[in-house]
Amino acid sequence: MATVMIDLKRLGDVKAPAGFADRVLAQAGMADSYAVFETVLGAVYVAWNRLGVSAAMRSKSAAEFEAWFHKEVGRRLVRVDAPADLAEKIEDQLEGTRRLRFDLRGLTPFSQAVLRKTLEIPRGQVRPYGWIAREIGHPAAVRAVGTALANNPIPYFIPCHRVIRSDGVIGNYGGGGPEAKKNILTLEGVQLKRLQELAHAGFRYEGVRSTKVFCFPTCYHGRTAKERNIVHFHSEQEAYAAGYRPCKHCRPAVVA
Amino acid sequence: MEGTERVFERLVLDHQNRIYALGLALTGNRHDAEEVAQDTFLRAYRALVTYPPDRVRELKQKAWLHRIAVNVVRNRVRGVRPRLVELNGSEPARGPGPEEDVMRKAEIDELAARVACLPARYREAVVLRHVQELSYAEVADALGQPVGTVKANVHRGLKLLRGETHGDGDD
Repeated sequence: MATVMIDLKRLGDVKAPAGFADRVLAQAGMADSYAVFETVLGAVYVAWNRLGVSAAMRSKSAAEFEAWFHKEVGRRLVRVDAPADLAEKIEDQLEGTRRLRFDLRGLTPFSQAVLRKTLEIPRGQVRPYGWIAREIGHPAAVRAVGTALANNPIPYFIPCHRVIRSDGVIGNYGGGGPEAKKNILTLEGVQLKRLQELAHAGFRYEGVRSTKVFCFPTCYHGRTAKERNIVHFHSEQEAYAAGYRPCKHCRPAVVA
Repeated sequence: MEGTERVFERLVLDHQNRIYALGLALTGNRHDAEEVAQDTFLRAYRALVTYPPDRVRELKQKAWLHRIAVNVVRNRVRGVRPRLVELNGSEPARGPGPEEDVMRKAEIDELAARVACLPARYREAVVLRHVQELSYAEVADALGQPVGTVKANVHRGLKLLRGETHGDGDD
């Protein structure tokens, strides 16, 4: 009798496994979970909660990522072993074949609008800062758009690298500098050299003679046109004057 | 809301070992124990956020959590495990804690497995009384049974554990 009871008492002394409380708090939505993933871009630290992915960064170490998250987001952060399906979801997101959900709480409505709009830019294409500003209804706020994108807490996932200056300068990139930005765009199939040649020549738009439609140079709309049927324009006015209308997909100008 | 979150954080930190141990004794393995313990705390959280502040303050946390945990175990259907949170689905296996060496862990696991083999009504009673060391009144409250029933079930459960399976005639 006594030994059984002593044994049972020992069973009651078992401790919860390491990190148990943190995981429970994370599941109750009181903390974000994070893990490191090997992606086509290299190792990326990704944080998420029940609302979606909340942060991503190519940090050198877990400590660096935690410090950055603490400063930028401020919630409790718990390292976990990555769920098996999340790595695949992330890879799909970066490949452009899946849309994850994002937690943008804590950002201003303006920043949220900028980031949501940025999500609409297809893989392999780029848009100027001014396009985002106009599309979200603040056409004069080009610099503010730049700031919002520079502070994007979820680079790669929210493709701020697809926003470049209209003069063809790639511009800075919070996720690893201009070189990283160029690498990612090249990886996504953007022909940067051609884009920059056009920009240096002062061309902003590309039109197709047969359809009389003008686009941003990376828009898929004119991709199948023969080179001799492609014309370039310096400005919307020039395109309109030549009898062209703006593309309805990439919306290089407000469709009248 | 802010206050509730603080209460919940304390609740988890204060009771995590107790509830995990309860899960282990009731299910017989560490994987299920962690699931039961997590589920218990998440149910507690969902309930807490709906309670008025007075009720949260006067809650007898230990008894309340035990009652939830027993129900979590009772509601589990083998093979069908509710996903808790979409992104946090899988839990990895974990090694023994620093204070539990491998030998001791094996013994504990064997014991837990033996307890888990008891019929549910004896197992619940024995575990709450002798693993968790609740009073008979507390056990009766957590299980929603009369004290007399609990005492009888504890007695029979202990007998089974000691290997005295014959001669009692209660099956």
